[in-house]
Amino acid sequence: MDAQLAQQTDEVIKHYGTDAEALVEILRDLNQIAGHLSPEHLLLIAQRLNLPSSKVYSVASFYSLINIKPLGRHVIRFCEDAPCHVAGGREVWEALEQELGIPFGETTPDRQWSLLTTSCIGACAVGPVMMIDDEIYGNLTPEKVHEILTQYREADKGGAV
Amino acid sequence: MIRARVLISGDPLSLSRGAEKTKLAIEAEISYYGLEDEIQVSYLTHADRTDILPIVMIYPEGVTYGPVTPEDGAYIVQEHLYKGRVIEHLFAPPEVLTGDIAHIPGRKGATYAQKRIVLRRAGVINPLDIEDYITHDGYFALAKALEEMQPEEVLETVKASKLQGRGGAGFPTGLKWSFVVQQPGEKYVVCNADESEPGTFKDRLILEGDPHALLEAMALAGYAIGAHEGWIYIRGEYALAKERLNKAIQQAKELNLLGDHILGSDFSFDIHVHAGAGAYICGEETALLESLEGKRGIPRIRPPYPTVAGFRGKPTVVNNVETLANIPPIIQNGADWFRSMGTERSPGTKVYTMLGDVNITGLVETPMGTTLREIINIYGGGMKDGKAFKCAQTGGASGSIIPPELLDVPMDFASMAESGAALGSGALLIAGEDTCIVDLAYVLLRFFKAESCGKCTPCRIGTAQMLEALERLRMGYGTQVDLDRLEEIAHYTKEASFCGLGQAAPVPIITGLRYFREEFEAHTRGECPTGVCPCSVKQKVKH
Repeated sequence: MDAQLAQQTDEVIKHYGTDAEALVEILRDLNQIAGHLSPEHLLLIAQRLNLPSSKVYSVASFYSLINIKPLGRHVIRFCEDAPCHVAGGREVWEALEQELGIPFGETTPDRQWSLLTTSCIGACAVGPVMMIDDEIYGNLTPEKVHEILTQYREADKGGAV
Repeated sequence: MIRARVLISGDPLSLSRGAEKTKLAIEAEISYYGLEDEIQVSYLTHADRTDILPIVMIYPEGVTYGPVTPEDGAYIVQEHLYKGRVIEHLFAPPEVLTGDIAHIPGRKGATYAQKRIVLRRAGVINPLDIEDYITHDGYFALAKALEEMQPEEVLETVKASKLQGRGGAGFPTGLKWSFVVQQPGEKYVVCNADESEPGTFKDRLILEGDPHALLEAMALAGYAIGAHEGWIYIRGEYALAKERLNKAIQQAKELNLLGDHILGSDFSFDIHVHAGAGAYICGEETALLESLEGKRGIPRIRPPYPTVAGFRGKPTVVNNVETLANIPPIIQNGADWFRSMGTERSPGTKVYTMLGDVNITGLVETPMGTTLREIINIYGGGMKDGKAFKCAQTGGASGSIIPPELLDVPMDFASMAESGAALGSGALLIAGEDTCIVDLAYVLLRFFKAESCGKCTPCRIGTAQMLEALERLRMGYGTQVDLDRLEEIAHYTKEASFCGLGQAAPVPIITGLRYFREEFEAHTRGECPTGVCPCSVKQKVKH
């Protein structure tokens, strides 16, 4: 595990170099590869870039695309902004919480789903919109949410995803 | 090629009032002038106004005449279609915004056609093919500047064009550049592509659809101000745009349109792409620069402004994507050409993303000064489901609320500001009668509270307290005391916040209260007039 962690980290750093200016990009890319950034990741980056670990932590915790907590197998990011809200987002918001049985900002106890909000993802013309992992789903309704989540659940059961 | 389309209302009522004769008269006159190949005439099957039938609509101008007699019809062909003069005394009278048909009161001298400068190539060319870009006038402006113009001339042309920053503030671009030119030493060009105002996705379309336009513009900016390095700060969520920009940079370098000694000249310029990691505040230019340097995206104290001490502490021009996309056509066609569009004070066009209760949502580019009524009716296809227009919200979350009273204000930076509204970044969230202002304000504030960076107290605490008060009103627990507090905190937050985020956060509340105070007051009695808020649900259960 530790060897893998070091390898992942060094690969990203190799691409961006060890200049402190690249910190945000390194953190973001590594987050994408590793799913989330553990304290070990952050410490290693601090060493490689010759920065105080407090600074690396402060930057990592600032940005929403960088996770310092482990998330579920699938991450739902629901757009909470006004254009999606007036297009029926309120009902979809409630449907998501009900469907998963958790409030926004949390992960299901079985670690299958994390329910997060995101600010505008620029797909407002088809709002309300959510992202599941890297896929964008638009024109959502409570019924459609149920359908989509069911598809994921069935695919997971079948081992396809 | 068809250059104009004439629509004549052909519903039974119009026909009974002689629409057929009008159509015949129009067609006869068109063939008299030999315009059959250029002008298409057809019936409009559905018109929802009965007072001015039959109507004649002419596109792309979007002018509506009515009622039109056969004689008027012939005259319209002569004057409007043949000589190109709109006929004011035949204009249909304005009406309130309802229904799904466009009825526009025409204005003299106004250009109604969607005018594309910024988006002229988006969707037309293959963004991954530099040759396609070049065959569509691409890199001509850069070649022209390098061969025929001194850097000062480029700067003067941009100044003379009166181009204003399209990110929301409307600061004169040429002036900003000239501040940097005056500074000694190394300089930078930074493109703010951290488009994150909710409801705005105009820059994404440029980045994805026409990436070379941005590169060419940045090189021109670099030439004008004496910079040799440019940075594009793109938001982390725009993965496709980032990929296309990187590809475009590589292609441009291969053809020596970027890099050392561009096109054999003495000018060298390189561009780097830097992706963010999800933070709305990074759209604020000093926060953007912090993030570009690998730090937390927290705004810097100003002065010094970025034009004096920006990226790496050097003088820096920070321009929005849409602003930059205007630069190559300005250099290519001259400042006079650019000033011929839009209004005196705000020349050129503006790209809007139209959303909400209209029939057609999406992107539209119109001359500056086009009114909201025109945009909704012509490009939005009217209000959805025949709803009445209640308000629009401009410029994403930091825009203001526009009530029906301001539908006919020309949309440019100065006119909007004089009316107490803001043009903002170009989002137009159109809300129909069933939208609750308190609910809308709540959603906007929830966004600001989440995105406040926490550096200054008025914004960090103010957004939280305003959200709390709105939550109480929404739930039906709020009282007049909450409303008074909300108003008070809104003003303090606006006055005392460190950067634009905190100063903008209370604007939906302040403008909402200005135009829809009764609706806020109804909530203090536990009533939501539109039945949207949770308080109204409780009431229903009770009875």
